[in-house]
Amino acid sequence: MLVHSRRARWAVQGVFLALFLPVFALPFLVVVAASLATQWSGALPSGATLDHYRTAVRGEALDALTTSVLTALAASALALATGTWAALAARGPRARRVVGALFVLPVAVPSVVVGLALLVAFSEPPFLLNGTPTIVVLAHAILVTAFAHQSVAAALDRLDPAYEQAAASLGASPLRVLLRVRLPLLLPSLSAAAGLCFALSMGELSATMMLYPPDWLPLPVKVFAATDRGALFPGAALAVVLVTTTLLVLLAVSRVRTRASYR
Amino acid sequence: MSTGIRFDGVTVAYGGNVVLDAFDLTVEPGEVMALLGPSGSGKTTALRAVAGFVRPRAGRVFIGDEDVTDLPPHRRGIGMVVQQYALFPHLRVDANVAFGLKARGTPRAETAARVTEALETTGMAAYARRYPRELSGGQQQRVAIARALAIRPGVLLFDEPLSALDARLRSGMLAELARLHRELPDVSMLYVTHDQGEALTLADRIAVMDRARLRDCGTPRDLYRRPRTAFTASFVGSANLLPVTVTGRGVRLGDTDLDVPTGDAAAGARATLCLRPHLVGLGEGANAVRGTVAAVQWRGATHRLEVDVAGHRVTADVRELRETPPPGTEVTLHFAPDDAVLLPAGGVADETAGGEAGDPADEVVGEAVGEAAGVPGGAVHG
Repeated sequence: MLVHSRRARWAVQGVFLALFLPVFALPFLVVVAASLATQWSGALPSGATLDHYRTAVRGEALDALTTSVLTALAASALALATGTWAALAARGPRARRVVGALFVLPVAVPSVVVGLALLVAFSEPPFLLNGTPTIVVLAHAILVTAFAHQSVAAALDRLDPAYEQAAASLGASPLRVLLRVRLPLLLPSLSAAAGLCFALSMGELSATMMLYPPDWLPLPVKVFAATDRGALFPGAALAVVLVTTTLLVLLAVSRVRTRASYR
Repeated sequence: MSTGIRFDGVTVAYGGNVVLDAFDLTVEPGEVMALLGPSGSGKTTALRAVAGFVRPRAGRVFIGDEDVTDLPPHRRGIGMVVQQYALFPHLRVDANVAFGLKARGTPRAETAARVTEALETTGMAAYARRYPRELSGGQQQRVAIARALAIRPGVLLFDEPLSALDARLRSGMLAELARLHRELPDVSMLYVTHDQGEALTLADRIAVMDRARLRDCGTPRDLYRRPRTAFTASFVGSANLLPVTVTGRGVRLGDTDLDVPTGDAAAGARATLCLRPHLVGLGEGANAVRGTVAAVQWRGATHRLEVDVAGHRVTADVRELRETPPPGTEVTLHFAPDDAVLLPAGGVADETAGGEAGDPADEVVGEAVGEAAGVPGGAVHG
């Protein structure tokens, strides 16, 4: 504690809020305000309406939301499985560095490049995925696996080997130890990783833009398209729907985590 | 189902660092063998070699007649209890105890019966539906023991099981473990500890280890009454270790002749005299030596006197004194000839210092020769 007296602490907290609240929270408020407006020419929006939301939760917009959620679910499941598997398999410090670097590579390069790479790689038989939802899911999974791997590998490091040794000495085969002891003990970090992957996938735009087929259009692409043609307020409503859905899923995941760590 | 354990020249090394060196030891069926030694002495490594968590670089490990050296841990059929309990935090007590039985595919009805039986043996039946975090340390350790017992192992391994408990609980659990041993006369137990009290109380035999090697092995009484090396003498119980010269009729300490059985030691040879502090008396008697009181410690029922005799520090634990001699007083100490043990000389200070340097938490006090600042502390057990 750098600041000791109560008054000084309040002062510091006040300064903190004054500095960071506008930067982090205000943009969200602006988007919410815009989503409810018909025009915004002065300091404040005007012409309150719910029309944008009426179109944002039905028809094409609803399809896009479903597409986004399905993509995010599939991609995070894939990323979680790959990342966990890699974290469990590559236990040595060197193996872990190699695997970690491999997974971070797509995060480190611009995601447009990842999209392009997939496009080039999977446009010819026998790996013809171009034009299918699979290539979008694959791109998202590739972009988020690094986070799943890091989270699980860090948790594995903290996991006391005494648990798995106790289980083994009691006669449990390695598979049983994994399913009944190690994975349950990793559940808190697995769910944290799942939430992170889901949120990242829900917001992915640049690689998706390169890859999405006409019948698999995720919501961020729709937000972008709407704002691109000047429909700012309907776009804002779509964005609010996207944010709300993501937050609801994160909330559900964090409830799983709380229960898992309480045990 | 009586099964012993046999180490046959077991060597374990991590990289170039040998942590267990050509270890030979046999635990008879139904025997409690304590592996006693300071930290880093290789005792835990030996236990882990039985459990299958380390792979020996050389040598074989046998459980019963079976060579288990290349067997994975889950095929060895051992029960293991470790210091940090390692209860599965996501399972209730009964599921923890049932874990090993389920892994073996034991029928459900039998599993339930054996879980109940194991929990009753350890007095934890009332806590079956609790989660481990809802239990105290002592209760968790009981559950861990029940979990190990439920699979009815031929061999039970204990790795410092009481180290995480406070002193009062520890002595209670020690009595429980002794009872367990009586109730399970067929189960061999390997008990790793750095606490001489636990080893002396519980073990049928003690294997004293130091620096990756087995130093001594015998019954607690043997090791305590007739230690063969200075290290054993100072690690199993506390000891005064005094450099002496063997004479025709006994030994000479400084310029005092003492009457001590010399066995087959040749006259003129250098030797180490081992004297237990509680067997040294204050006042005139047989084998009287004169010295100056350097420090007095009151320990309730006893007084511990640190006395400088002929340049060596001698510790004497005597019954509580009405009047304590102030430091600087000339006093006379004595001991019965039969209470002294003559050990081969050489490397006394070295061995004791080396053995204890690694473990600051160690309770044992080895009053090594030349250790001028006699470390206080450490109850005398036994």
